Amino acid sequence: MEKINIIGAGLAGLSAAVTLAKGGRHCRLISLQPSERAQSVLAEGGINAALDVMGEGDKPEYHFEDTMRGGVYLADEEAVRRLTAGAPDTVRWLAELGVPFNMKEGRLIQRNFGGQKKKRTAYAKSSTGKMIMSALIDEARKYEVRGLIERFAHHSFLGCDIAEGVCRGAVVCDRYTGEQTAFAGRVIMCCGGLAGLFPRMTTGTTQNSGYAAARLFEQGVRFGNLEMLQYHPTTIGIPDKRCLVTEAARGEGGRLYIERGGEKWYFMEEKYPELKNLMPRDVVAREMYMVRRQEDCGGTVYLDMTGLSNEVWEKRLPDLRAEIRHYLAIDPADEPVPVKEGIHYFMGGIYTDVFHRTNIEGLYAAGECTCQYHGANRLGGNSMLGAVFGGKTAAEDILETTEREGEISLKEKLTENEPAEAVKVKLGEILYSGLGIVRSEKGLKEALDRLDTLEREAGVFPRTRLGRAMLESALARKESRGAHYREDFPEKDEALCKPTMAVCQNGSISVSIGETQL
Amino acid sequence: MTELRILRRKNAEDKPYWQSFSYTTDDPNAAVSTALTELNARTDLRDMGGEKAEPIQWECSCLQKKCGACAMVINGRPRLACDSKLAELGEKVTIEPLRKFPVVADLMVDRKAMFDTLQRLKVWAEEGVTISEGSQDDAFEAAGCLQCGCCLEVCPNFYVGGKFAGMAGGLPLARLIAQLDDSSKKEVLKAYRKGVYAGCGKSLACRDICPAGLDIESLMVNSNRAAAWKTLLKFRK
Repeated sequence: MEKINIIGAGLAGLSAAVTLAKGGRHCRLISLQPSERAQSVLAEGGINAALDVMGEGDKPEYHFEDTMRGGVYLADEEAVRRLTAGAPDTVRWLAELGVPFNMKEGRLIQRNFGGQKKKRTAYAKSSTGKMIMSALIDEARKYEVRGLIERFAHHSFLGCDIAEGVCRGAVVCDRYTGEQTAFAGRVIMCCGGLAGLFPRMTTGTTQNSGYAAARLFEQGVRFGNLEMLQYHPTTIGIPDKRCLVTEAARGEGGRLYIERGGEKWYFMEEKYPELKNLMPRDVVAREMYMVRRQEDCGGTVYLDMTGLSNEVWEKRLPDLRAEIRHYLAIDPADEPVPVKEGIHYFMGGIYTDVFHRTNIEGLYAAGECTCQYHGANRLGGNSMLGAVFGGKTAAEDILETTEREGEISLKEKLTENEPAEAVKVKLGEILYSGLGIVRSEKGLKEALDRLDTLEREAGVFPRTRLGRAMLESALARKESRGAHYREDFPEKDEALCKPTMAVCQNGSISVSIGETQL
Repeated sequence: MTELRILRRKNAEDKPYWQSFSYTTDDPNAAVSTALTELNARTDLRDMGGEKAEPIQWECSCLQKKCGACAMVINGRPRLACDSKLAELGEKVTIEPLRKFPVVADLMVDRKAMFDTLQRLKVWAEEGVTISEGSQDDAFEAAGCLQCGCCLEVCPNFYVGGKFAGMAGGLPLARLIAQLDDSSKKEVLKAYRKGVYAGCGKSLACRDICPAGLDIESLMVNSNRAAAWKTLLKFRK
């Protein structure tokens, strides 16, 4: 009997596991820590689906158009079409599992989110990720007890067993005992984004170390659009990381301003009269970066939520208010909150087809570790959708195939090939210097030079290789598109409306644009 | 300067011992998690006596009190390391692992028993639920449980291996009690009666310790009402 190995127990992993189990197939759900600790619990604002419950005549077609436009047409069109068409059923399924979505007069309600012209984001106050996770965890438990899902909740991923282009299983290590095991069976990677490449600089979790992705890159798995990092416009600094202020704050009426000539300048409203503060995140983050550098402006951008009604604070954003009070000792109902752009999401990642198959047969990927849905910029509310829908899609593809036979054994003990913490931090600084909101050939080449030095001094590691591929991808895209803004190529180049592809073979990294064959 | 006095052991079999480290910061928001991260990032970690020390084993993930990973006993009280500001803890801070779970190493414990209990109590909806405005607030509150284990640490009635699940089991059940309609919650109410209601001494220590600040008392009152009402009905029949 084949057991599918799912690496990562966040939204994508749980969705894949539950789908497989419902279909009667066995899987192992392998994660560093239990699902309750996954980065998915941090997702706040909501999940998109054209449910058309707000009387605005919303349709999946409009959701598709907004997603493609928001991603500046770099996303996989067919994949986005499937995603947006499947979104209403995905959200209805989550509601049936008991996600306490906000409702009014007996019906689920939706809120505005950035880059979308309709109220399309279903939400549970501002803890939507936690609520979806709790419901999916309970659903998965049903199948755990029936033996269809087997949990390995303190195991790290050391690599896939790949022979002649076929993935035959995964090698994992029990963090509590140090024991290593090779598990036969196809693999679905649900290992999250690359936050771990930027220690303490992102809104992500420490559990999301980036090692699983880096290891796969070293093993020849193709990655796409690695230059596409999302800077969320509204984050606050807390001691160990950046902390997200949900986009829902602006969806519910929050306004961004900066001091100019002694007055509040609501720059987004002046520059973008249609969507105002709810322009896609790449646009808002770049505008914030630019206005902060204007000589006639103050150095801090504020998020003004003082105009929000009591009902909004009580029913829709009570958790956000509590969080800001806790960390900044400010009541956002009374005082504007100083905010800054922070790394929040990775649109780039493992390149897959619409069924979530990678270039290695038997290896799938879903969730933030993949790249097909969000193109050059992700819309708020599409990440949880991509994760739940992606995990389900990968599992459904497996359900349509026959089980694979075959055993594998642990030939030799593997080591987690990671550098010292100080080297990880240094690598993060180098990547951050090259992959900021505004980029240039000069800055990227300087970062690559510094990376050469770091590798000479500390050695070459999976994460330094993946970091190099990110910088090389940004260098290769000689245009500005979405989150990738090159001051030396400030315009979009339609000839480059194709994904960058990075691959590592025998330690040598190559990056190209447009070679999308797996 | 803060002295962090940490109860350490290499593994479950090893004898525990105290080791102190010094940590200085001018960040008023720096937490125990900040200090542990910084200590482990030192290339040459030494204790206050100048002895070389191994990195401190502990678990963390979100570092913003939303995942429950970094629960430990700080100055005698179970809490999240990321939610424990050093400035409020005094010059000497004692840090120990949670005491009701087996220690893996240093501050890392194996909380498997907590998740096993949820399996034993069959915490899931067999046929799904119908969400409603009436149940939304209770379901939202109950589903906010971090499964960190702090409530079990202070509970006078909970011990690993016992029948009583504690509120780490009670809250996920409370979500289902709030959301399932009467015809489909028989099993869930039974699990709550046996696994939670029967063993709870109502000390409410859990209410005061919950790092997520969940309204445990209100959820418990509502769940008790549903579970006890069913019992009463059974006797009358």
